[in-house]
Amino acid sequence: MDTTDTTGIMQKATALLGKAQNCANDFKTWVALDSTHLSDGQKLAVNYFTVAVILFFAQILFGMLAATQFIFPNFLYGFLDFSVNRMVHINAMVVWMLYGFIGCVYWLLEDESGTEIVGLKLGNIAFWVLTGAVTLVVLVYLLVQIGPGKDSSLWFINEGREYIEAPRWADIGIVAVMLVFFYNVVATFSKGQWSGIAGVLTLDLVALAGLYTAGMFYMTNITHDQYWWWWVIHLWVEATWEVLVGVIMAWSLMKLLGVKRKIVQTWLYIEVALMFGSGILGLGHHYFWIGTPEYWLTIGGFFSALEPIPLVAMVVHAVYDAGTHAFKSGNHPALAWIIAQAFGNFFGAGVWGFMHTLPQINLYTHGTQWSASHGHLAFFGAYATINIAFFYLAIQHWRGNVWMSEGIKNGWRWKWALGLLNGGVLGMTIALLIAGYEQSFIERAVEGSTWSGYFTAQNHPSFQAAMVWRWFFGAITFAGLVLLIWDLLTIGKTEERKAAHVSEN
Amino acid sequence: MNETPLWASESFWKKTAIWVTAGSFIILVVLTFDSLSQTRAGGKRVPAYSVINKKIDYQYKEGLHKSMPVIGDTELLFGKAYTEAEAEQLVMLGKKTTQAKNCMNCHTLLGNGAYYAPDLTKAWLDKGWISTEMREDLMVQFLMNPEKNARTFGSNRRMPNLNITEAEAKGVVAFLKWMSSIDTNGFPYNFKTINAEE
Repeated sequence: MDTTDTTGIMQKATALLGKAQNCANDFKTWVALDSTHLSDGQKLAVNYFTVAVILFFAQILFGMLAATQFIFPNFLYGFLDFSVNRMVHINAMVVWMLYGFIGCVYWLLEDESGTEIVGLKLGNIAFWVLTGAVTLVVLVYLLVQIGPGKDSSLWFINEGREYIEAPRWADIGIVAVMLVFFYNVVATFSKGQWSGIAGVLTLDLVALAGLYTAGMFYMTNITHDQYWWWWVIHLWVEATWEVLVGVIMAWSLMKLLGVKRKIVQTWLYIEVALMFGSGILGLGHHYFWIGTPEYWLTIGGFFSALEPIPLVAMVVHAVYDAGTHAFKSGNHPALAWIIAQAFGNFFGAGVWGFMHTLPQINLYTHGTQWSASHGHLAFFGAYATINIAFFYLAIQHWRGNVWMSEGIKNGWRWKWALGLLNGGVLGMTIALLIAGYEQSFIERAVEGSTWSGYFTAQNHPSFQAAMVWRWFFGAITFAGLVLLIWDLLTIGKTEERKAAHVSEN
Repeated sequence: MNETPLWASESFWKKTAIWVTAGSFIILVVLTFDSLSQTRAGGKRVPAYSVINKKIDYQYKEGLHKSMPVIGDTELLFGKAYTEAEAEQLVMLGKKTTQAKNCMNCHTLLGNGAYYAPDLTKAWLDKGWISTEMREDLMVQFLMNPEKNARTFGSNRRMPNLNITEAEAKGVVAFLKWMSSIDTNGFPYNFKTINAEE
């Protein structure tokens, strides 16, 4: 090759790199965020939040691609197939929510313990290791996609188990990073002070990290495979994540509304008792049809029917506290998202879960769009909302603890983002519920679940119409997310007033 | 000073939370030991892998009000009688292939997965394979070359080509045959198999 060619390419690459750097600098100037307003622990937290928002965007983007394929099956066929889009959609969701939770914990850790984070350097390294690993996993999902039926595929490409598809090497990395996180939490509380919130948080993190290892083994026996797989999925999403949200909620109610510690901690213990009391054996509702013994029909049905109770308690707790404090809060968007969490969690996880949890109805609804309907409202209502509330808390402090109560400049943005995101997800939920009903009746009850029955239901006009509505409401959700990101980047930018003071009473 | 009533006492609820959590978890662990032993391959609920040498059906039992797997006489797969070890090897290849090809993000297996393509729990027994004589060949051909042998049932949804080799395809068929013999407590309901008379 000619040396002039090489020089030419090098010059072009340098120019391109320079341009990218200029763009990044322009962006930084435009955003005008001043990190000196943040403590070191908060800086680490906002790193996690930033990646969480990027992955949130990826989640919705790939969700839209998969939703499009339900209407136009040839869209991206053979290039980015439904399986790939759907995998990125659900994995981006799990990972952004975990990033959000880790961010929330780092955010409240220094405040709650009354001291600086002990292993901050280690925490920063862990953040970059995790982010590098996530990037690599996503690139392999998109570019390699599948492998031969060998162990090497499961170790390096894709484990092929819904929600925990991450290849085994990444699993080990995730556990290592979680251990660093756990060390930081425990060591910081030990150096500073322990509290009820700290105790619940620590024990919950032990369970959360421990459960993940239950999903790291290959098993030929698919009944055993799915038995342990549900230990991870259910005991995360319907038990340990819920308790983690309870912890975050407890702390934020003290900060946002000035609720007394004694009240939030007592509530937290009640919630833990109800949540684990119903959720641990509620795991049985996943053991109806996977080959496991018949006693799970009774145990799973009974305990999962109790699962909505703690969620009712959480609604009462949040609404009552907000009411007694006359909704006086130093951060209106965050409080609005906390209230959205209380209701979203109750309806999405509680009501939508209960609707199809008893085995007598689940026999027909299991593995239909009914589950997708529940999944959309529950994940959004229970977990997206609380993370978004924390994004608003974080940006308020990042701007220098500015005013975010009545009369925020450009306040329409956060209100419209709130409306579009909640309305969009609710619309998708209803559309998928209609599809699920139709599938349960036609494919399951009438046609007896044969392949021909499956497609009879999929081709039915009411199913097809539901998929179009789902796409439409997906687009509304997407618009809400774009507005949310714009709002997070600009809210409080030119604000001079300091935040309203919230006193404990 | 008012005394705090028990129901509003922080320490009472703390103890309750600990006891309820520990108690539930212990029950779960005990049930897990029992469930795993009842569902080991070769038990009553989950047959041994060599069940692929047998005829499998799924029939409605009036007294039980649900369908149950029925293991019949010899019906060899690919014309070969597999030992238990060989059968396990073949099913394992099939299971690993279903994971490496990410089947679960379009299909459901035992009802779990994604909802873009049909459930595979009783795929081996589906009427879509026309006759029991043609079934295994049709399945292998379909898996190896799904575009040319597309089975879209008028939906335009086609399975993409996943570069499945012949050995892998046979493994997947063996895995599906074995999975169809698992006692799934009557799921799916009202399923009419390829063996059922109209």
